[in-house]
Amino acid sequence: MRSNKIRKTPVLGAALLLASLGLAACGDAGSSSSEDAPDVEVAEDAAAEFEDGTKMKELAESGEITIGVKYDQPGIGFKSATADMPEGFDPEMGKILAASLGIAAEDITWKETISDNREPFLQEGEVDLVLASYSITDERRAIVGQAGPYYVTGQQLLVAADSDIETLDDVKGTEVCSVTGSTSLENIEKEGATPRGFDTYSECVDQVANGTVDAMTTDGAILLGYAAEDPDNLKVVVEPFSEERYGVGYSKDAPEMCQWINDTIEASYEDGTWEDAFAATLGEAGVDAPEQPELDPCEA
Amino acid sequence: MEPVFADFDLYLSAFWLTIQLFFWSALASLAFGTLLGALRVGPVAVMRRTAGTYVTVVRNTPLLIVFIFIFVVAPSLQWFVGTPFLVKGVIALSLYTSAFVCESVRSGINAVPLGQAEAARAIGMTFGDSMRHVILPQSFRAVVPPLASVLIALLKNTSVAAAFGLLEATARMRGFTNANADVRPEIFLLFALGYIVLVEILSAGAWTLERRWKVASR
Repeated sequence: MRSNKIRKTPVLGAALLLASLGLAACGDAGSSSSEDAPDVEVAEDAAAEFEDGTKMKELAESGEITIGVKYDQPGIGFKSATADMPEGFDPEMGKILAASLGIAAEDITWKETISDNREPFLQEGEVDLVLASYSITDERRAIVGQAGPYYVTGQQLLVAADSDIETLDDVKGTEVCSVTGSTSLENIEKEGATPRGFDTYSECVDQVANGTVDAMTTDGAILLGYAAEDPDNLKVVVEPFSEERYGVGYSKDAPEMCQWINDTIEASYEDGTWEDAFAATLGEAGVDAPEQPELDPCEA
Repeated sequence: MEPVFADFDLYLSAFWLTIQLFFWSALASLAFGTLLGALRVGPVAVMRRTAGTYVTVVRNTPLLIVFIFIFVVAPSLQWFVGTPFLVKGVIALSLYTSAFVCESVRSGINAVPLGQAEAARAIGMTFGDSMRHVILPQSFRAVVPPLASVLIALLKNTSVAAAFGLLEATARMRGFTNANADVRPEIFLLFALGYIVLVEILSAGAWTLERRWKVASR
């Protein structure tokens, strides 16, 4: 199954490609913050809206909030080395949540979270919220709160443009990479592929591009972001074969946050900010906004 | 704990890969490191300098950088593209560990009295012969403890491979903790225990060797 074809990419070409990608990213960063990103109306005098003693009141009064997002998922949560702020659907949703507390986008402290430290960050109060392609699961809900989902995606495959992999059955016996320890890697292992874990998605994409591994797997939304960056060499295949429901993480110490998060997401469905946030980020890869997912009720 | 015990074969196969990485890397770096050590004390200036430069460069480079070079930089230049991941892991670990083996071996060679080398030369042995029959056998006895430390470090260094496509113990642990955030401490402890057991076996072996050789030399 492994293709040992040697793709002759001249080193210079690769370097130029990298350089141009870097420049393109800079350009995007510059324009998106001024034009593309939807304006979110910041609530005025928000502190008065919340009951005393709630986390929301505390945050609204302090005028600051710390939100954990990912920095290496184009379209969802991404920050280039030169950008001041992360961009993507998750940060946009973070801005919507902060705005309902009367906190402007400039006053949000963004903190990079990786998959492994999302629960510890919430438990230790390092961050107030986590929006980091954070799939809702029972195991996670046992130790932290997860409200939502505000987005539902599913696992797919990213392969070289000339790859033979067309269906999920074709991955048997191939080498498929993703991020070490991720659920996606576990799922693809069950499909009979040899899992190859890397530290970041970008390292994994490199492995697909240079032919070391046969495919990369993770949530379709992330893959589309990478395919859009290099459409001549990469493509996304197979129907989504898992259901990932992205939720907003909060600390169990502040269970009252759940209802506020759900209400805010609901409001963003109604006033169109949710769709705007999607169009400005994931929508760039040429996908239409999906149906608005139904929110899980908060336990009393 | 149940999630790990329910999939205990995955736990074992992960540590099996850790052991394989360790075994082949230990073998390769003992061989290559000893050769480097002999070159560093050898009569040929060019070889002495080459081996010295290798040790300086590699010892001053973090292991992670060596891994990035073999797994990320090299394939982008179309090297090692079809090479199995285990082999690449062994290459990265051995290139790195050899430098430390070399220095241990050299310290052992320095511990052998100069008269031994002179006596070997006096009876007409070549440099290679005196190394093989006189110097190295004695120096290995002196370096069992430092060499054991180098190998223990190697065993734990195999965990760096977790971020480079190899599903060894640390990578498997991250899979378990990701899926079972509610029992993270227990999973950590269980995997830590696996490493402790392996290191204990290794140090027990080294200790036995040290004791046996000490008696023999008296």
